[in-house]
Amino acid sequence: MTDKSKSGAAPMLDRRDERVTHAAGIGDTIRAFLDRVRSGDLGMLPVIVGLVIIWTVFSILNPVFLSPNNLVNLLFDSSTVGIISLGIVCMLMVGEIDLSVGSVSGVASAILGVLWVNQGVPAGLAILAAVLSGAAIGYVYAQLFNRFGMPSFVATLAGLLTFLGLQLYLLGTTGSINLPYGSPLVRFGQLMVMPSIVSIILAAVPGAVMLYTGHRTAARRRAAGLSSQSSGGIIARAAAVTIVAELVVAYLNQGRGVPWMFGLFVGLVLAMQYALTRTRWGRSMFAVGGNREAARRAGINVRAIYTSAFVLCSTLAAFGGVMAASRLASSSQQAGTGDVNLNAIAAAVIGGTSLFGGRGSAYSALLGIIVIQSISSGLTLLDLSSSLRYMITGGVLAIAVIVDSLARRSRASHGRA
Amino acid sequence: MTNTEQGARRVQDTPPAGDPVLSLRGISKHFGAVSALSDIDLDVRAGEVVALVGDNGAGKSTLVKILSGVHQPSSGTIRFQGETVTLDDPSAALSLGIATVFQDLALCENLDVVANIFLGKELNPLQMDEVSMETRSWTLLNELSARIPSVRVAVASLSGGQRQTVAIARSLLLNPKLILLDEPTAALGVAQTAEVLDLIERVRDRGLAVVMISHNMEDVRAVADRVVVLRLGRNNGEFTPDASNEELVSAITGASNNSVSRRAGRRQAQAASPHPEAGL
Ligand SMILES: Nc1ncnc2c1ncn2[C@@H]1O[C@H](COP(=O)(O)OP(=O)(O)OP(=O)(O)O)[C@@H](O)[C@H]1O
Ligand SMILES: [Mg+2]
Repeated sequence: MTDKSKSGAAPMLDRRDERVTHAAGIGDTIRAFLDRVRSGDLGMLPVIVGLVIIWTVFSILNPVFLSPNNLVNLLFDSSTVGIISLGIVCMLMVGEIDLSVGSVSGVASAILGVLWVNQGVPAGLAILAAVLSGAAIGYVYAQLFNRFGMPSFVATLAGLLTFLGLQLYLLGTTGSINLPYGSPLVRFGQLMVMPSIVSIILAAVPGAVMLYTGHRTAARRRAAGLSSQSSGGIIARAAAVTIVAELVVAYLNQGRGVPWMFGLFVGLVLAMQYALTRTRWGRSMFAVGGNREAARRAGINVRAIYTSAFVLCSTLAAFGGVMAASRLASSSQQAGTGDVNLNAIAAAVIGGTSLFGGRGSAYSALLGIIVIQSISSGLTLLDLSSSLRYMITGGVLAIAVIVDSLARRSRASHGRA
Repeated sequence: MTNTEQGARRVQDTPPAGDPVLSLRGISKHFGAVSALSDIDLDVRAGEVVALVGDNGAGKSTLVKILSGVHQPSSGTIRFQGETVTLDDPSAALSLGIATVFQDLALCENLDVVANIFLGKELNPLQMDEVSMETRSWTLLNELSARIPSVRVAVASLSGGQRQTVAIARSLLLNPKLILLDEPTAALGVAQTAEVLDLIERVRDRGLAVVMISHNMEDVRAVADRVVVLRLGRNNGEFTPDASNEELVSAITGASNNSVSRRAGRRQAQAASPHPEAGL
């Protein structure tokens, strides 16, 4: 009855079906990757290709683009909207959207300015209050969604206007509050970079962790009679990651160095990626985004998952708003307006998180925002006005959504939904 | 290999002793103007397989959904292991030990086989133990003679029968006390159907209670200890598996003069076949 009889030595538990081709060597791995891409399982590929194109074009048009200091600035700018975009990844994961992240970040920066500068509250408490307000906003959205069945885009569209109004109200007639120059928060947003030795060590950490967990998992899988990654493969991947990270860091250290704010952003991305892929909560997020009713029937508390997504998104938006205030050294009426909203959403989608739910990763916020900021930085260097910048960013978002939709269709026809 | 052959089964004259694990009294369910179920009574004992049969739209799936907490009954009481329970949501039913294979399977297509089997019950919630989950999944699937090439592919890429096997494997994961199977073999191949019927007998022998819905009278006869007929949302008789086909068919369709018996009569008249069709 079972397939055990097919070969002499008992094959590994997951290698018994002879119809499946398993990648053995490097060549097979590459072939399997190409197969995946062809069937619409694109992952990070479009964004990496896009990035290469964008960087090539801009560096030809203006060599300053790729200078270390321009890239350092780019990373400073990426971090604030990137943090907001990380929240959008959570929302898209469950198949919903938050259109108000810009306004929420603006309110948070206004709360920070009013409490800290106008009221004299200690900076730490003011930051906490701003971030908690974000959490409260997310909780309200979740209640509207769960209890009244309000579609998320309507609830958050209402929020977009409401919180823009609140921001203007809080800032009052002056319209803008300058944050104390030289305060740790503002220095964090504008100046603070890692000492080069710290950045070199931190850049080696991901590779080391991959090496350690990779070997541990492989040993456990072998012990359990499952196929496992070869030692060589694990080392090759860890080495590749380490080399890339060290090269990036070394290049940035030619200029001002790696911003701490970017380090914080990357830390948040890694934490989110871990939570999404390695915890029950993350698995439930994917399940709810993939098939809400199936998730409910599996005993998942679907409402709690939606609540967690809304709260996380608004909290990260508020935190991103605080970071943006520290970057600009002010809480102004302009904070969070303009293209912040669209950039945050576009970054997640461009990075490969599906608008249709149940598919994506935290890395998409990181890669996507770097694409967007590259475009904006490159156009600024070319002295082009924001009118053109808006149009190009809008176009890139449209392309990303088209890629997402086409990939989804292709996955459906290749049975990889 | 199998025990599906008709007549090879013992005839169970006395129902198994013991109090019912599950006992329904007066269960009704209205969807707006439609009464999907009216006044249903049902008892299921430990170590017993009850087959629930009835025509399309008879209310079988609705009853299963009530027992799994998906729908709430409009009225009536559910007693489980001697206590009156309310099944407000699926997690309530799951935590009582009621596992279900739904007719539409309720799988998440974007997740892989392991993730689906362990959905909501992942080992080690803060640092999921993928290795143990994968090994356990293979064990469960091999018990079902599953023909699944890899447990690390998205369920979307599996065939209908493979998906059904995954859904069945998932229901067995937590050692439930009562298993509800809504047409578990509808999409299965010959070997896999036999394997599922074997499995039903194995879990029955372990003392679990099983409710199986099927349109295949051969399968029903092969494993059921009792056959409960629903018709238009009402109880319409209870039979032993050795009841004649005519009896069952007329209970299911509600008349002795029905399309099935007319068809069988025609066939007999033509002397084409010695038996009426077993399946409906
Ligand atoms: N969610 C719902 N809303 C409204 N009516 C419903 C709903 N679910 C079921 N019904 C109705 O209840 C009746 C019983 O449906 P049910 O799915 O229980 O039938 P069934 O016995 O499982 O049939 P089948 O053999 O085709 O699976 C049908 O008339 C159906 O239209
Ligand atoms: Mg049904």
